[in-house]
Amino acid sequence: MSNQPVDQSRRTWVTMACAVGGAGGVATAIPFVSTFQPSERARAAGAAVEADISALKAGEMMTVEWRGKPVWIIKRTPEQVAGLSKIDGQLADPKSERKLEMTPEYARNEHRSIKPDVMVAVGICTHLGCSPSSKFQAGAQPSLPDDWPGGFLCPCHGSTFDLAGRVFKNKPAPDNLEVPPHMYLSETKLLIGEDKKA
Amino acid sequence: MAEMKQAPAGASAGEKLLNWVDNRFPASKLYKEHLSEYYAPKNFNFWYFFGSLALLVLVIQIVTGIFLVMNYKPDAALAFASVEYIMRDVPWGWLIRYMHSTGASAFFVVVYLHMYRGLIYGSYRTPRELVWIFGCLIFLCLMAEAFMGYLLPWGQMSFWGAQVIINLFAAVPFVGPDLAILIRGDYVVGDATLNRFFSLHVIAVPLVLLGLVVAHIIALHEVGSNNPDGVEIKGPKAPKDANGHPLDGVPFHPYYSVHDLLGVGGFLFIFTAVIFFMPEFGGYFLEYNNFIPADPFKTPPHIAPVWYFTPFYSMLRATTDDMVNVLAVIIGLAAVLNLVKGKGDGKTKVVGLVVAAVVIGLLKTFEAKFWGVAVMGGAVVILAGLPWFDKSPVKSIRYRPSWHKIVYGVFVVNFCILGYLGVQPPSEIGNVVSQVGTLLYFGFFVLMPVWSQLGTFKQVPDRVTFKPH
Repeated sequence: MSNQPVDQSRRTWVTMACAVGGAGGVATAIPFVSTFQPSERARAAGAAVEADISALKAGEMMTVEWRGKPVWIIKRTPEQVAGLSKIDGQLADPKSERKLEMTPEYARNEHRSIKPDVMVAVGICTHLGCSPSSKFQAGAQPSLPDDWPGGFLCPCHGSTFDLAGRVFKNKPAPDNLEVPPHMYLSETKLLIGEDKKA
Repeated sequence: MAEMKQAPAGASAGEKLLNWVDNRFPASKLYKEHLSEYYAPKNFNFWYFFGSLALLVLVIQIVTGIFLVMNYKPDAALAFASVEYIMRDVPWGWLIRYMHSTGASAFFVVVYLHMYRGLIYGSYRTPRELVWIFGCLIFLCLMAEAFMGYLLPWGQMSFWGAQVIINLFAAVPFVGPDLAILIRGDYVVGDATLNRFFSLHVIAVPLVLLGLVVAHIIALHEVGSNNPDGVEIKGPKAPKDANGHPLDGVPFHPYYSVHDLLGVGGFLFIFTAVIFFMPEFGGYFLEYNNFIPADPFKTPPHIAPVWYFTPFYSMLRATTDDMVNVLAVIIGLAAVLNLVKGKGDGKTKVVGLVVAAVVIGLLKTFEAKFWGVAVMGGAVVILAGLPWFDKSPVKSIRYRPSWHKIVYGVFVVNFCILGYLGVQPPSEIGNVVSQVGTLLYFGFFVLMPVWSQLGTFKQVPDRVTFKPH
């Protein structure tokens, strides 16, 4: 090591050079990290999809793909619709008030849908993203309570949802199933991914 | 310029060539420092096979990986079929693939045993803290490598396992959902995710892993290996021969290079038996659901990670709302205990109370899902703190109070129980057991500064115990 006194002006320049170089390094990292974002193609794939529900019978459901996710369209029987309000006490968030963005305004009602019988929901559990399976048959059965009113069971961690996609109390899933933006193009044609506001 | 050495008169062509190289690259120097004159304690036992075995498995994984990449297609539409193509149509492709898939599990078997060795003989104690920390980072890299590699076959377990684990990141407060999208590169696990995991699995993480392995070995050879007695053979008081070499050490080559061949032989017996007779290992090495192509619309009835992740997965699942409350109570009690009985002055006690209050506040603010992720990550990261948690006056379990063996025994059994529960579907009783197990796991580390000092320690000998045979 040399015993010469430190040249402060050189120190300043070294510090500035390091700072500028460091800033340049960070700036260079931005495009690399940005490539991790969804590509334009993936964003475009988020476009709305049409669904024809003319063949859907009461008590049945169909699945369409929107943004790579399963979207369920469930046609509920009048009894099923009538049963929805009876189980409010067993649900964690019966009126879907916790996270408003999960339920569009036009679905913020007792049946969480535009038409009382036709339910539209994203079939992805709000816990860790598994796809729940349909358990429409009411009554006692394996891994479900004895007074099961019909709904969905997530196979991963046992969360249960009713026929309006509302989560039951004390389950791992924190929220009700998401209702995607959707609208009716005609009596039997649904557009999923877009609504009248857009 | 350094002085050019001359080969002795009458040297052979080989010696002249080596002399030429040594004048330009420290080939002989490196060979001596790391092999022929690296003195390792002569009392190594069975547990000391696993370091070199880990290196062997790393080589197996790299070589088989290179050949798999020649036929694999990282494309959501083609990946599953390309793996089946390797299995059925590529000559001997099944063998390469089974070597790689069995190698992944073998890696964790060997590394867990290697870590256990460090635990019982105090191999992480001064001056080997960095050896241990590099090792912990290697373990982290291995976990990342295994997780991303498991997505590549694009089966049902690949897809839904990745879906669940990536969604865990969405639980991070504030940035979570964006972070999950950044990892996936899409709104769901898809082609973009598969492609980037492929890149990270075959290039990025292996490069980091290799660098860390080199750092691990350089750090080890700088401070010298520990041994089952925990006696320093290279310390200032340790006996040395006329050349300054430790009397209790033997050169790594040929003594341990040949010795390790025995371990390699034993390992290959088991490894090849698994490859040839039970490559799926009853669904533990290759899960049956992964022989079904990924279907984003249908979740398999039971999702479990591969066995080596299950102890940590159990701790994740154990962290429910009730568990968070239990943790809050424990932290509160610890702060009060520190206030009443702690050794620190008034200031540190107040700081302890404030920290506890803040942590309890955070625990109740963020959802249990996030704390589950924090617990799982913490369970891995806490390993790196061992050199500072362990306050025992001796390194090796051999000279610790006998009841310490029971503590280590409980820790190992508890870890295995957590692993077992992580494979099982969730159940009420399993959840309670894994909650107790999680507390035991963290208690082992957090309370170590206290319990590791308790009891009557035995006299550590001056020299290693070694019986020539």
